[in-house]
Amino acid sequence: MKPLRSLWMRKTINTGVTVISTLAALLGILILAWILYVVLQRGYEAINWSFFTELPAPPGMEGGGLANAILGTMLITAFATVLGIPLGLMAGVYLAEFGKQQPLANLIRFTVNVMMGVPSIIVGLFVFTLIVMPMQHFSGYAGALALAIIMLPVVARTTEDMLTMVPNSLRESALALGAPRWRTTLGIVFRGAKKGLTTGILLSVARVSGETAPLLFTALNSPYWPSKLNEPTPNLTVTIFNYAMSPYEDWQRAAWGASLLIMTAVLSLSVLARYFMKDAKR
Amino acid sequence: MNATLTETWKQTISSLSEGDAKEREKESVVVNASVKIEVRNLNFFYGTHQALFDNNLVIEPRKVTAIIGPSGCGKSTHIRVYNRIFELYREQKATGEVLIDGRNILSPTVDVIELRRKVGMIFQKPTPFPISVFENVAYGLKLHYRLGRADIAERVEKALRSAALWDEVKDKLNKPGTALSGGQQQRLCVARAIAVEPEILLMDEPTSAIDPVATSKIEDLIETLKQEYTIVIVTHNMQQASRISDFTAFFYQGYIMEFGTTRQIFTNPVNPKTESYITGRFG
Repeated sequence: MKPLRSLWMRKTINTGVTVISTLAALLGILILAWILYVVLQRGYEAINWSFFTELPAPPGMEGGGLANAILGTMLITAFATVLGIPLGLMAGVYLAEFGKQQPLANLIRFTVNVMMGVPSIIVGLFVFTLIVMPMQHFSGYAGALALAIIMLPVVARTTEDMLTMVPNSLRESALALGAPRWRTTLGIVFRGAKKGLTTGILLSVARVSGETAPLLFTALNSPYWPSKLNEPTPNLTVTIFNYAMSPYEDWQRAAWGASLLIMTAVLSLSVLARYFMKDAKR
Repeated sequence: MNATLTETWKQTISSLSEGDAKEREKESVVVNASVKIEVRNLNFFYGTHQALFDNNLVIEPRKVTAIIGPSGCGKSTHIRVYNRIFELYREQKATGEVLIDGRNILSPTVDVIELRRKVGMIFQKPTPFPISVFENVAYGLKLHYRLGRADIAERVEKALRSAALWDEVKDKLNKPGTALSGGQQQRLCVARAIAVEPEILLMDEPTSAIDPVATSKIEDLIETLKQEYTIVIVTHNMQQASRISDFTAFFYQGYIMEFGTTRQIFTNPVNPKTESYITGRFG
């Protein structure tokens, strides 16, 4: 029997596919490097001491910084973490340890998957109608809630995956010693999955710390110090959004600076998460 | 001092009022001194698949009973009923009776946590918890007893000594349990199990995942442990069964084909299936 294609032909196709896929991968990396380069180049001139310590200056004025937005973003993210992480962890525990393949668990798992795909602006609108409209004003709490809603499914799914990776023999050993189910889960299974769970939490924090759309409708923004979260709260992403579209050059520069800051933070969170992940997979 | 006195008082009062109830319980439960576990008509199901058929077995206290048989014959399934660990899996069901000290432990009124304190289990693969060596042994203690730091340290040391592990780990008590060698990990699991002062130890092929030297250490350990504990051991290794056990049960396809003293099973088996298994013709 004769081969379908000649040796020469097969080799050419093989080389062709290899070249195309390599180019595609390179293009992806190139674009990422490009973004990093531009943000770094434009952003670094905005970064100085007053950037981290001072309130925004009016356009045209010397100095000024985004200290209020940095603090605001940290507050909102921290509050979102406090809301979203425990809920997400417990949901993951239910899916992995108790619900398993029961109909209710399958329904929740499906819902969680859908939630992960919901565009973040819709979450923002949802919280807008739920909290902002009845309260008649924007607030940092609403922003934190929106971010927490985005975190919830991410944490729930990674928690489920990480807990499922813990071998049953570990659960059996703890139960065989007479440990109740909840102590087995929180004391032994969680510890066994510690690194994976940390990874999931870090990734979800990284995910929401760059979100803009859900904050536009909820936390809004403010040029003042965030004294409490029950009012429009300054934050970096909405500041970037506003400043980048403004006609003032120093505001645009500040927006680049803020972009650099957020990018660095998200990147370091991801690297940290990868570091934990490497150990978790062992 | 005062606190302990009050404690003793409370206990005395409560034992007085419970006295009658306990007396009545004693009447209904006839404790036979030469029977620790009695299995009556035990059937076991994985979903709709039946894995054990009418198992009947009597296990003597402070003796080693070996359970042998080819792979998949239900050996592990059988002993996993004794501490109800199978209940972790929703689809698994057991019917019949398992009497421990005359009480049916399959009854829904049994306190599973207390049952599992009384019936310890060692698994095929060593399963140290991802915490320190010390905390591994202290884990069960803290679950069942309210003890001070000094008491815990004392009991941990005692358990590690009984498991013939103390000399090897006394300088690494704060190292993670998972950092020990396989054989040491298995003895750590033994220490962890005996720290809570059980009466029965179930061992599910405890040496099949560790090397020969570590295996002989575990076997020596079983020899000394049987002075205090009733031991039921599942093993694939027939030499091991003949070396360490007093009684042997031969399982085949979910049935207990033969049960007797180890000497009788290995030298003069009644059932032809037993004979062909122990002489290595199948399995």
